[in-house]
Formats: sequence, C-alpha cells, structure tokens
Amino acid sequence: MNEKKKKAPLLAVRGGSFSYKGGPQILKDVNIELEAGEILAILGPNGAGKTTLLRCMMDMLRWDSGKSLLEGEDIRHIPASKLWRRMAYVPQARSAAASYTAFQTVLLGRSSRIAAFSSPGADDMQAAEDAMKRLGIMHLADKPCHAISGGELQMVLIARAIAAEADILILDEPESNLDFKNQLVVLDAISSLADEGKACIFNTHYPAHALQRADKSLLLTKGGMSIYGPTKFVVSEDDIRSIFGVNAIIGEFGDTQSVVPISIHE
Amino acid sequence: MSLRRDGKLPIAWKLILIVMPLLAAVIALGIGRMPIAPSEVIEVLSSKLSGNVPRSNELVVKTVMQLRLPRILLAAVVGAGLSVAGCAFQSLFANPLATPDTLGVASGAGFGAALGILLGFNLIGVQITGLIMGGAAVTLTWLAGSGKDKGGLSYIVLSGIMIGSLFSALVSLIKYVADEESQLPAITYWLMGGLDKANYKTLALGAPIIIIGIILFMLIRWRMNLLPLSDDEARASGVNIRAFRAITVVGATAITASAVSMCGQVGWVGLLIPHMSRMIFGNNHLSIVPASISFGAVFMIIVDTMARSVSASEIPVSILTAIIGAPFFIVLMRRSGGWRI
Repeated sequence: MNEKKKKAPLLAVRGGSFSYKGGPQILKDVNIELEAGEILAILGPNGAGKTTLLRCMMDMLRWDSGKSLLEGEDIRHIPASKLWRRMAYVPQARSAAASYTAFQTVLLGRSSRIAAFSSPGADDMQAAEDAMKRLGIMHLADKPCHAISGGELQMVLIARAIAAEADILILDEPESNLDFKNQLVVLDAISSLADEGKACIFNTHYPAHALQRADKSLLLTKGGMSIYGPTKFVVSEDDIRSIFGVNAIIGEFGDTQSVVPISIHE
Repeated sequence: MSLRRDGKLPIAWKLILIVMPLLAAVIALGIGRMPIAPSEVIEVLSSKLSGNVPRSNELVVKTVMQLRLPRILLAAVVGAGLSVAGCAFQSLFANPLATPDTLGVASGAGFGAALGILLGFNLIGVQITGLIMGGAAVTLTWLAGSGKDKGGLSYIVLSGIMIGSLFSALVSLIKYVADEESQLPAITYWLMGGLDKANYKTLALGAPIIIIGIILFMLIRWRMNLLPLSDDEARASGVNIRAFRAITVVGATAITASAVSMCGQVGWVGLLIPHMSRMIFGNNHLSIVPASISFGAVFMIIVDTMARSVSASEIPVSILTAIIGAPFFIVLMRRSGGWRI
C-alpha cells in the first residue's frame, strides 16, 4: 500500500476529455504526469483550450471523462481547503480585478489556512513577507495592485501562490502581455521555484519558452488532439508546423535554444 | 495615522471608531425642543443603567429614555447596518455602485410595508409584512438569476434590477388604489423614510436581526477580502466561495429588509459610508467593515437629529441623507483623488 502511494506521481491527468455543453470536443484523452521539481508547458494556438485544460485539471471545470490525480487520489474527492494547500493557481495579471495592496494580495494566499472567523496571524504575515522577499518584490508591499505594472502584478500573484506553500503551481499565461525583461523575470522565477522542488505548469504562446524552461510539454490542437512528452521531442519544427500552421526554425543561440517563426504554412 | 501592513486597525483608530458613535449619541440625546446638557444626559443614562433613580426631573428622564433614546438607538443600528450591508454588496459584486438595494430588497420591503398600510395593519404589522416581502424579493431575484448555466453574478444583478422595478411598480399600484385621504399620504410618507416611528417594540423586532448581521460581518471580515476576486481566483483560495457568497447575501439582505421595515427607504447611507471608509482605509475588510459600522451609526445619528430638530415639523430622513450626503461625498471624492474596489 505504502509502496503504491510512493509510486503515484505528484500530479497526473488520466484520459481527460472535455467539451462545453453542445460544443465540439475540446480536449480528448489528455494524459499528463508531473513530479516535484518538474516544469510542464502547455502550448497551442488561440482557442485550442489551454485555459480550459488548466481549469479542468484544477476541477474548476468537470472532466467529461478521465480525472486529475494528486498523489494518486482523485482531486474531486479532496476537500477544497486541503487541495488548495497543495496546489496554487496564478491567474493572468489582467484578470486579477481586486485592488488591495500587494502585501494584502499575497496574504490572501494564506486563505486556506485561516479559519472563517479568524484573521492572519504572525506566521501568515511571515509567510507573505518571505514570499515577497523570495521574488525580490518587498518594495511593492504597500502599493495598491492597480498602481503597479503588469509585470509587477504578475510577480505579486506568483508570490501569493508561494505564500500558500503549495507543491504545485499552475500559471495561466504568466508571461503574456509582459515586455522582454519582465518575461525573463517571470520565467526565471518559475525555473528557480522548480529548482526548489515545486512542480510548475504554465500555459504559453511561446514555443521558445517551453523549449528553454520546460521538462515536459503538451501541445494542443484545435480539434482536441494533443501531443505530450519531453519538451525536446515534442517542441519540434514539424509539430510547430502541424499545430500552429507556422514554418519555424529551431536554432541554437549561444547556450540557449529558440524558435524563430519564418512563414505561414499553407 | 499610517495604516498597518496587515490591514488591522491601529489602536488610535479603534478608539475613535468606538468613541465617535457614543459621543454622537450623548450629544444627540440632548438636542431637541427641550435642550439637555450632555452631563445631565450621562447622569440619566448612568443612573438608569445602574438601576438608581435619576436626580433629574421626570420630564427630562422621560424625554431622554422614552422619546430620544429609542430613536437614536434605531438611527445607530440602521446606519451601521445599511453601511455594512452596502459594503458587503459592493465587494460581492466588485462594483462601486452596488447598494443594499441591488437585489431588490428595499423595493420588496417597501412594497410589503405599503401593503400593510393599505390593509390597515398597525406599525408592527407593517414592519412584519415589510420584512416578509423584502425576503421574498431577494428569493425571487436569486431564483431568477441563478441557474445551472451560470453567467456569474451579473445575471443576479440584472434580475435584481428587474425584481426591484417590479416591486416599485407594485408599490405604485398600491398607491393608486389606496384611499387618497388617509392611506396615500401615510404610504408616501412612510416610503420617504423616517425614524419617528421608533419605539422599543419596533426595535425589539427589527434590531436583533441587524445586530446579528453586523456581528456576522465583523466575524468574517477578513475572509470578505475574497469577495471581489474573480471566480477562479476565489475558488483557488480553498474557501467554499459559493457558500460564502450565499452567507454574505443572506446577511446583507436580512439587515436591509429589517432596516427598511423599521424606517422606510433610507437612501445613500449604504453607498456613501462604505466609500468613505474605503477612501480612508483602502479596501481591506479588516478595516472597512468596522469603519463602515461606526461611520454609518454616527452619520445616521447626525442626520436623524437634524431631521427632527432643524424645523418645527419632521423632515423625511432620506431627503436629508441626500442633501448632506451628495455634496459631502463629492468633496471627499475630489480630495482623496478617487479609489477603486
């Protein structure tokens, strides 16, 4: 029994399929396995269902068939307050509406650990402060979230996930809408969190970011088919052509790899 | 006074928020056709509280205890209640224009009261029909706006507007069929809002509901910070956000229906006071819930004291809340340079 539990991956999706009511199949037989310290990138054209996949994975949408497993246990059977101590969600910065100070926003990451009639204690304050310091954004602490830049807000939202002390971080397009430098800041944060043993899943529009950061990648097509495997096998010129309809070249630039789009594939 | 990083109120503010309503009440108890010095008011109150016979003459004691005190208690409870309900609705709908009436509660309660007057009920009867119809209006809104295929909270806001206008139309219908000599003026006057009907019986029926609501919001005030978050964010907090929203709606609705059933539609307080609190303290509910409660009580005591004392006859309180509230609000807004939810 114990042996079995040890073998179960940290997070897995088995045979996940989904379609919106009366709509076409969006996700078909998705299979994912993720261990601590691994990064998974989810790629696909607009409308392929990247965000839908994340939402199904977190049980915010119900799989039609298949399931998400946390250490072998169906997450539907895990109480929300327990589940969200293990898993943290980082939404896109532009959809984060509320306007608290950065520190208060980070503190909200402690919600699952604070009782209904209670308020944050010293340890919660400490966790929030540590999370912000960890990302080097403590100087933003007292600024309202509507008064900081998109890149800064994204970092605040990542800090909130860190404050939750979760093992799994799920990030929805964390680097889209950001400038060159802030993209790197966010990606570096994800890489270093993975180095510390957190499992990270992120949606992205950029095959290059998957190539540079992710251990595993999942490519989604519009028809619901998906290609999944180690990034170096999955993110290839052929797959980019078939999925995005773009002729691209993957090349070495110094000690990193990148993807350069060349033309639209007819 | 700088605010604390954790969003809790600094001690000085805590003191101010506690002392202000008490001070306002003591001063207001002395104001009226028979002016009474604050020291005498305190003497009457303290001797009543400790069970002694007050030294002041009987007329003073009666004025303070029977005429003014219930009314000031009602003002404090209603002001605090409507403010905290408004604050909750603004956060729930992440909308600065939300008021306690967003879900049609006040219109429903107003209809209930008008119906009670039409049917010739006494004050308590009117209060009870108001309460019942206020609850009915929100239930209708909830049934109309929530379904399996949820379009989120905006559906509920929309159906609240619909149900609200439906009940406003029903009020007009009642006014139309009401007796022009006696009932129509009574209904019209009642709907304008006023605390002149205050007595310990009305209070005993309505105040406990509001006080329970206020205590509820004080207890859950940190968690209320989750209310304005987007759906997925809120769910990822690990809190059962649907149940939490439902509790918020029930609490704010019960407060509003109870307030309207006691003193008619008192506009403005539920919009003005929460925003005032947000301008001072930001959006953290650890601060703005107690601030709304305190400011709301003080504002309502002041406005109602003016309503009963600036002219020989009573001025409907909702007229005053708007006349005082609107310019005050605009000045505050311009000085603070705006705010956000």
